[in-house]
Amino acid sequence: MDWTASLQGLVGGVLIGLSATWLMATLGRIAGISGIVGNLITQRPKGDSAWRVAFLLGLISGPLLLMALGGGLGNVAGSPGEVIGAPVGGVGLMLVAGLLVGVGTGLGSGCTSGHGVCGLARLAPRSMAATGMFLATALVTVYISRHLLGLGGGV
Amino acid sequence: MSQLNKSNWMKTAAGYAAGLLFGIGLAVSGMTDPARVVGFLDVAGAWDPTLMFVLGGAVVTTFICYRLVFKRTAPLLGGVFQLPTKRELDAKLLGGAALFGIGWGLSGYCPGPAIASIGGLSLPLLAMLLTMVLGWFAAKRIA
Repeated sequence: MDWTASLQGLVGGVLIGLSATWLMATLGRIAGISGIVGNLITQRPKGDSAWRVAFLLGLISGPLLLMALGGGLGNVAGSPGEVIGAPVGGVGLMLVAGLLVGVGTGLGSGCTSGHGVCGLARLAPRSMAATGMFLATALVTVYISRHLLGLGGGV
Repeated sequence: MSQLNKSNWMKTAAGYAAGLLFGIGLAVSGMTDPARVVGFLDVAGAWDPTLMFVLGGAVVTTFICYRLVFKRTAPLLGGVFQLPTKRELDAKLLGGAALFGIGWGLSGYCPGPAIASIGGLSLPLLAMLLTMVLGWFAAKRIA
């Protein structure tokens, strides 16, 4: 096992947890990315977009800041030293995947951050069910695409 | 600066700080690399446990810290704690989560890392971001 990656994973996870805590402590909001963007573009509630836009700018600038600092702080698997990894699929696959992610998190009211982090931390039954479900379908999808259809690596 | 403007400015700054911390967390943990995420989901291949540590670290931290936060009656910058009120485990929740999981497995991107990776934008990522936004509009129509 790659202990460096595991340790960085743990440190990154704690930072994500602190971010979720900070957002709840200051603004009283769940740090769910799909909810923050989904509600921003559909304007729910109206006039509450400034902190959402600022959150997204922060989200984008986080990896850029690490890249500027250098020092191997990002532990990207496929391309060592790079903070942002390359997509695993081409345009066609990503168009389909994006639609599934958008519709799915919209209908299911959350993604890995909203349900998987904030929801599990609140011991919310809906989030436990959603997290179990999306982990299960993701595992099956990867198994089918990689091992049955042979769409490994650079699909 | 008026009191109202100052409060709005602080809320916006708090939002930026939360996003920045989240983005740094995703990048430090390697979650901005789809290959690492797919490596975690590929249990029949060369399994990469990193995401388990990320999720574990995030959930345990949030679990402990939320308890401290909720000792207060209101958020520091005003308003109320806005927590989900729905309770039912319905087809929309489970069906939506199932679709999301398929998209996540195909791409290795959930919404956070997909947006956090805009700094390294490529054509496939742009394609994903466009249909993801379309998907959110569609979901609001359906819902």
